Amino acid sequence: MKIIEVRNLRKQYPDHLAVDDVSFDVAEGEIFGILGPNGAGKTTTVECVAGLRVPDAGTVRVAGLDPRTDRDRLRRVLGMQLQSATLPDKIKVWEAMDLFASYYPDPADWSELLDRVGLTGKRGTSFMKLSGGQRQRLSVALALVGRPRVAVLDELTTGLDPQARRDTWELVEQVRDSGVTIVLVTHFMEEAERLCDRLAIIDAGKVVATDSPAGLIAQVGAEQRIWFRPSAPVTDDVLLALPEVRDVGRNGARIVVSGSGNLVPALVLALARHEVVPMDLRIEQATLDDAFLALTGRQFS
Amino acid sequence: MTKILYVELKLHLRQWPVLMFAIGLPVALLLGLGLSVPSMTRLNEASGERPLDTQMPSAMVLLALLTLGCSVLPAVLSTYRDQGVLRRMSTTPVHPARLLAAQLLIYLGIAMVTTALLIGTGSLVFGTQAPRQWVGFVLVLLLGTAALLAIGLVIGALAANGRVAQAVGSAVMFPLMFVGGVWIPREAMPDVLGAISDFSVAGPFTQALRDTWAGHAPQLPHLAVMAAGLAIFGGLAARFFRWE
Repeated sequence: MKIIEVRNLRKQYPDHLAVDDVSFDVAEGEIFGILGPNGAGKTTTVECVAGLRVPDAGTVRVAGLDPRTDRDRLRRVLGMQLQSATLPDKIKVWEAMDLFASYYPDPADWSELLDRVGLTGKRGTSFMKLSGGQRQRLSVALALVGRPRVAVLDELTTGLDPQARRDTWELVEQVRDSGVTIVLVTHFMEEAERLCDRLAIIDAGKVVATDSPAGLIAQVGAEQRIWFRPSAPVTDDVLLALPEVRDVGRNGARIVVSGSGNLVPALVLALARHEVVPMDLRIEQATLDDAFLALTGRQFS
Repeated sequence: MTKILYVELKLHLRQWPVLMFAIGLPVALLLGLGLSVPSMTRLNEASGERPLDTQMPSAMVLLALLTLGCSVLPAVLSTYRDQGVLRRMSTTPVHPARLLAAQLLIYLGIAMVTTALLIGTGSLVFGTQAPRQWVGFVLVLLLGTAALLAIGLVIGALAANGRVAQAVGSAVMFPLMFVGGVWIPREAMPDVLGAISDFSVAGPFTQALRDTWAGHAPQLPHLAVMAAGLAIFGGLAARFFRWE
């Protein structure tokens, strides 16, 4: 079921056209990524979705609500984490949770939420004394305290060290698993590839493509290569018979298969039918970077 | 709303040096000047009262309000805006105007506490009388506080960031202290200055405080200037206030 529908969104700022023509749907329960370079119009897009900006043209529906006319009801179903918003320096973690909980008619139990984001030990700490990762986790907790159906997370992991970034990713997956639909705005390819069920690539105010990360990579026809050592002899014909396979090569005991699409499952299933197990399996895949390059004709960053 | 007020109050109390300055300085000045400057306790033949009776404490109420309105309020507001605190709140069902309202209530409360301390100090140490036309006094205090805080809101609305707000606040604060009679009593002002003072919100405010303190009704033109100030600056603040 679609929980967010965006159609032909357009937003003009005095000096430039931030969003030209953006359309996408988000299904309930997925992590939907909005990926693009800095200045592509990602933040403006989600701000229109969240009702913080009024678009010049186009329609937005969130759980059937129009952000322009159902402002209050929208804010109860959509929680948002902002790219550059902080809290007062001296507010304590528990006070911020308690305060934000009071903004909603039916808030979540905030001490349980703090536990989920791993900040129970920091509940008495002032905001200014939190690390970057802790601030982001608090920010996620605050976005969830109103029991939203959709959480928008804007550049959640920017400025975090690799460990804090991975912890935050795990948290986002947990939130999705609890049934909250997530719109994740990011300019990190790796993050989008790892987290998103589906994503829209935005460049210069336009959606270039929308698909799953694997689908996007496959869409640009990028090849995958699989290396393995078969547990029993297997002929090239068995592998070449698969539509996904383009070429088969051998290197000693190892076989190298090149192809595209759902190459890995097709290959593994075909081998299983011949009672062959692929040992030491190694996969070399194209990445979203390759897809971005192919779709926009230029390097990502 | 109660929770916002409560949290904001706690946040302000954690900034206690700022509050000590706003509340403590006027009280300390009243005490210090009253005890050390002989002319403060000398009867003025023309007005029939000592400067300590109504003039000095009224000026100190103005000082406290100008500190809050022109310095603390614009700084806190523009910091909240710069850091995105107001913007973050606008993603919730509660409008950030509530946060603003909580701030104004807190400053109003601080103004009341400071005034009460000034009255208490005066009567305990110098044997001055509490405001005799007290209903009028409270009304004047409320109206003047609202008008002066509205000036602070305009500064906070127009200043680009916290530092600009501080600078503009000081630039507004010192002339208002001057024409409001913090340094020279209004009756000692030359004609031109007196005329400026009459229309400065600060001047009518201290004068109306003194009138009601001494037991008279506040003068209508003074109330009118304060009400006009509240309307004009309140309107400007509402027109130019930015949440982000």
